[in-house]
Amino acid sequence: MHRRTLSLAAFSIFLTAFTGCGKSGGGGIVIGEFASLTGKEATFGISSHEGTLLAIETLNAAGGVLGKNIELLTEDNQSKAGETSNVVNKLISKDGAVAMLGEVASSRSLEAAPICQESGIPMVSPASTNPKVTEVGDYIFRVCFIDPFQGTVMANFVTKTLKANKVAVFTDVKSDYSKGLAKFFKEGFVKNGGQIVAELDFNGGDKDFKAQLTAIKGATPDAIFVPGYYTDVALIAIQAKQLGIAVPLCGGDGWESQTLLDIGKDAVEGHYFSTHYASDAASPAVTAFVAAYKKRFNGKVPDAMAALGYDSAMFLVDAIKRAGSKESKALRDALAASKDYEAVTGKISINAQRDAVKSAVILQVKDGKFKYLETVAP
Amino acid sequence: MDWLLQQLINGLALGSIYALIALGYTMVYGVLRFINFAHADVLMLGAYAAYFIAPAVSTVLPLPSLTGTLIIVLLSAMICAGIGMLIEILAYRPLRQRPRLTVLITAIGVSLFIEFTCQHKAVFGADTKPFPQLLPVHDFHLAGLVIGSNDLVVVVTTLLLLVGLWFIVQRTKMGTAMRAVSYNQQAAALMGININRIISFTFGLGSALAAIAGILYALKAPGIDPLMGVQPGLRAFIAAVLGGIGNLPGAALGGLLLGLLETFAGGISGLSNYRDGIAFAILILILLFKPAGLLGKATVEKV
Repeated sequence: MHRRTLSLAAFSIFLTAFTGCGKSGGGGIVIGEFASLTGKEATFGISSHEGTLLAIETLNAAGGVLGKNIELLTEDNQSKAGETSNVVNKLISKDGAVAMLGEVASSRSLEAAPICQESGIPMVSPASTNPKVTEVGDYIFRVCFIDPFQGTVMANFVTKTLKANKVAVFTDVKSDYSKGLAKFFKEGFVKNGGQIVAELDFNGGDKDFKAQLTAIKGATPDAIFVPGYYTDVALIAIQAKQLGIAVPLCGGDGWESQTLLDIGKDAVEGHYFSTHYASDAASPAVTAFVAAYKKRFNGKVPDAMAALGYDSAMFLVDAIKRAGSKESKALRDALAASKDYEAVTGKISINAQRDAVKSAVILQVKDGKFKYLETVAP
Repeated sequence: MDWLLQQLINGLALGSIYALIALGYTMVYGVLRFINFAHADVLMLGAYAAYFIAPAVSTVLPLPSLTGTLIIVLLSAMICAGIGMLIEILAYRPLRQRPRLTVLITAIGVSLFIEFTCQHKAVFGADTKPFPQLLPVHDFHLAGLVIGSNDLVVVVTTLLLLVGLWFIVQRTKMGTAMRAVSYNQQAAALMGININRIISFTFGLGSALAAIAGILYALKAPGIDPLMGVQPGLRAFIAAVLGGIGNLPGAALGGLLLGLLETFAGGISGLSNYRDGIAFAILILILLFKPAGLLGKATVEKV
């Protein structure tokens, strides 16, 4: 009996400690962020989170917004389905976030969007490119371009620059991002007069792709479009090379990670992908951002996700400033009215669909590095 | 025709890995009658052990080389054998007299514990790490077919280990004791067999097998992460059931069959989406007609 009361007491102390730390004092403006800080797409989540963090720290050092400090509360969804709704619900109902930032993977942004929409909390996604994300409702925004644009850019690149007529498409059926990008690439490529000779699927996280790659090899394409994420793409490139497939692989912004180069090594050499920005581009905004980021994160070169994470936070706070209030309706209207906002990843205008209209760049893997190739305007 | 043969090679290479993992599941089941779900995570730990040992070994023996790889594999297998025995002592031994379901659920708990501990930043971190190239790689080209040297290594290792295991279980004193424990623990104890030692040995052996499988798997797909064992572990478990759980050649056969089914289903344009669906549907059909698995003996449970 005695032991029982003791453990009960301990438990209640534990509970109060837990609820106690959730409420943030100080009366700052609370912005929630959900990101994949661990798990399969951790590189993306960490990059975008670091960009966001840098933006908030920069803003707070300059006096915050509306005379108040900005408080960034970050939750990890472990790159897992189902976890996002938990953490977003917590950020809104328990922590009182006035706006939400996140995430890179479209599947998980799609999980958060209905919750934000229902609670009337404006959400800005840094890098979810699937069109469905902002279709959820009028409180959902993004600072990146969308897959129809990215797919078309790659389709034109494959037709015009690579001069390919026959292309195989290899899609990750587990990811909304991959499926969306594949669809728009196919539409664009067929419109250009190209021919899709093989369509194969894989499941993100697979380790053996030889079955599908053998089928692709049999169809003798001029290029292979692989709109996957970097870990899978690296293994696909290695196994394609082993099977003697020598044609270029092409993909989207899901490729951009140092891990792609670390795992893929010489197997990813010479392949192409489209993304949001190039850290070696010559623009004063980019140079300043790269310098600040390197200083804050031990000389690490920011990738596109870091730049977009930075832009998403800066863009959101700019809207809070213009709205003159953190009230959700006013904030939403200010976000929707954004025009020609100068961001690191280019000029952002929000269209009627609440998507950012902006340009894309194409990079190539060369000598173990990402090399800037060309910019494609919207 | 080339296409068919190439898929056959791909399937055999994949199936051999499943077979190797399935051997570990089936051996522990054979002795203790429970599925050690942490097996797949020991596999991951084996790959990580090699990942951390490789740089140290490469200062003495430059990699890629065969001797260097053998040393790395041996060390990793020993580390994992130790971990396997530790898991048994800490998690399963206290539950020896409890219902089997309790132990089974504990096994799932151990598996999740290892997975999520290893995902923590202070341990391995959740991101994918590039696995070093341990063996010299050569692709053999035969009339349009490609056979990777790593695939050959996997097939040969699986065969050797299958024969080795069979020898240990059937021909050594330890193996006789294992079989005795498997029939009846109490009776075996009365005959003077140290049950704890036998069970520890079984776990050690199974975990060493898992480590070898983990390294071979990482050589095939050189990106390792703390969840890398989950998917092949599940497949191998199914392979073990398909072959007749508790039966060593059955596990190997089940693994090969599953690898081939997956590969052929995955290589069909437009159907590759349903790869696992097709493979598992066929498995269900087989189990409908042979409920004890392909090589398993149907036993009547005495109540």
